[in-house]
Amino acid sequence: MPKNCFEKVWQSHEVKKLWNGQSQLQIGLHLIHEVTSPQAFGMIRDRGLSVACPERTFATIDHIIPTKNLQLGYEDAMAEEMVKSLEQNCKEYNIKYFGPKSGSQGIVHVIGPELGLTQPGMTVACGDSHTSTHGAFGSIAFGIGTSQVRDVLASQTLALSKPKVRLIDIQGQLGKGVYAKDLILHIIAKLGVNGGIGYAYEYAGASIEALSMEERMTICNMSIEGGARVGYISPDQKTYEYIRGRPYAPKEADWARALEYWNSTATESSASFDDEVHFAASEIEPTVTWGINPGQSSGINGQVPELKDLEGSAKASLEEALSYMKLSPGQNLRGTKIEVAFIGSCTNGRLSDLQEVASQLDNHKVAAGIKALIVPGSMEVKRQAEALGLHEKFLEAGFEWREPGCSMCLAMNPDKLIGDQLCASSSNRNFKGRQGSSTGRTMLMSPLMVAAAAIKGEVADAREVFSL
Amino acid sequence: MNTAQKLPTGQIEHISGQALCLPGDDIDTDRIIPARFLKCITFSGLGQYAFYDERYDKAGQPLAHPLNDRPQASIIVAGANFGCGSSREHAPQALLYHGIRGILALSFAEIFAGNCNTLGIACLSLSFPDQQAIFAALTSNPAELIEIDIAAGTVTLGELQLQASIPQSMQGALLAGSWDPLQELLEAKDLVLEKGQTLPYWRSFQHN
Repeated sequence: MPKNCFEKVWQSHEVKKLWNGQSQLQIGLHLIHEVTSPQAFGMIRDRGLSVACPERTFATIDHIIPTKNLQLGYEDAMAEEMVKSLEQNCKEYNIKYFGPKSGSQGIVHVIGPELGLTQPGMTVACGDSHTSTHGAFGSIAFGIGTSQVRDVLASQTLALSKPKVRLIDIQGQLGKGVYAKDLILHIIAKLGVNGGIGYAYEYAGASIEALSMEERMTICNMSIEGGARVGYISPDQKTYEYIRGRPYAPKEADWARALEYWNSTATESSASFDDEVHFAASEIEPTVTWGINPGQSSGINGQVPELKDLEGSAKASLEEALSYMKLSPGQNLRGTKIEVAFIGSCTNGRLSDLQEVASQLDNHKVAAGIKALIVPGSMEVKRQAEALGLHEKFLEAGFEWREPGCSMCLAMNPDKLIGDQLCASSSNRNFKGRQGSSTGRTMLMSPLMVAAAAIKGEVADAREVFSL
Repeated sequence: MNTAQKLPTGQIEHISGQALCLPGDDIDTDRIIPARFLKCITFSGLGQYAFYDERYDKAGQPLAHPLNDRPQASIIVAGANFGCGSSREHAPQALLYHGIRGILALSFAEIFAGNCNTLGIACLSLSFPDQQAIFAALTSNPAELIEIDIAAGTVTLGELQLQASIPQSMQGALLAGSWDPLQELLEAKDLVLEKGQTLPYWRSFQHN
């Protein structure tokens, strides 16, 4: 029977059935960072255990790293202790560490693919929910908690319940000025923030095939915002071309063997799924969130929903969102005044995101009073952007150009909103307090829409601002 | 806040205690524990930061909040998609160290429920009418004790006896006291080595 990619990779990595019915799944790549691993190392030490496969474990720092003046140190004793703890653990257990001195530091979900570590047909785990990003390569990638980081460190396996698989088929092509970010926000709005619980999402269809690998990563990255722990795209020629020649990519004779394996893991035509949904790319507009979860969004020409048609918990939830966001029912999204603009994150901090923005900035300036920052996803993204002169365009237009890290996506470093500032953000979560202030407000959108908002000082249609 | 934490150990057959209500859907892990409190290298001090931004004002003064109003409660009753968002285990750890041992919700985010399971926090799903019935009962008698029977999957408070649901794997693990899977995973060490031999990519990474 024809199988989908998920089914194949799960089967080939299942070590055994556990007594409670879960599967013990072998993990091919374990990525660790400073926030969710120190406690896990503590746990293995307490139990007298060691790291089972240090050669399949890779570390970086991203969540707490400051994005300016790193040479001045962390100015935060706890942050520094976390970094030291990670460095020491890597040394003690012989784990490869991509710190700032390596020249390869960056957001864990940016550097995994960039270094060629993330490959098709592989299982990936990381103590971060956006690990689903790696699914763009046809790998099956799980965001895990710290006790599970411990499990992978100690055993190179995880205890998991097998999810069902839902095919998300998107036909047609995205319009001009409409990006992968808009597509995934649209999918989440339609299927709900809890629609994916118990499912892995396979994204497919003409629209997905046409996306670049970086755009595919944006899609898979936000699977978890739709409740799906795993999101992936079956590998194709584009996947292989992206990987070829990267530092950890298979080389020479290994390359041919790898291609054979990768091809064998692809979803077969007429493979069956537990569920299927279909979307038309042409219906999707530049999309903006107005609420406090990523499913609360609308096209740029839309309005904040009306309360009058709702009742019960739906009404209560809308009221809560609008009261937090200080928006009114029926209000147009266009024209909502912003104070901060943030371009970056594991969702939209890659080179193509920055190129797209830079290509439109000529003769535009960030509006007076708007704090606008661009944070590259990795040191490699920063180097490439600077080699192309993108940073000069950003600086010329009035954006700050920072060092790589997670930055204002979750504000564990000094980049934070102040008070109830409203931020147009290319990141992935608009939860209450997400960007570092307990009253701070976030509207999620594509990088180019963030740039348009920065220039206008308010939410605007990038297609008009930049005459696309 | 419960003092001198007695963390769950061994077989968990019953959970009983007072409950607190957290109405509303999609309560995310950023709300359960704001990111700035993730700066720690052990979990044990996190109880005081659970729901911090909702429990305290800017000056750090306590606000009216279920966790402040019923600090002795060990059971949370919540809405749909509880624990969505970040995979941070700091969220269930903060609840655990606050004294929470069981959560009844309309549904759970997957990573959160898995994290709870590994810590021995029982997560059971309720139907909407049953959740409403519990809210109503607790509104009239906030100190009412709730009793959760893991084997039967029942929730009892006062006159009410309700059927909740729990995935079989979690139920079995709680009852057997094997909710921390690590020992069983380690037992398969030889199988893991063998499995590596069958995966074409397994020996691929060489440290540069």
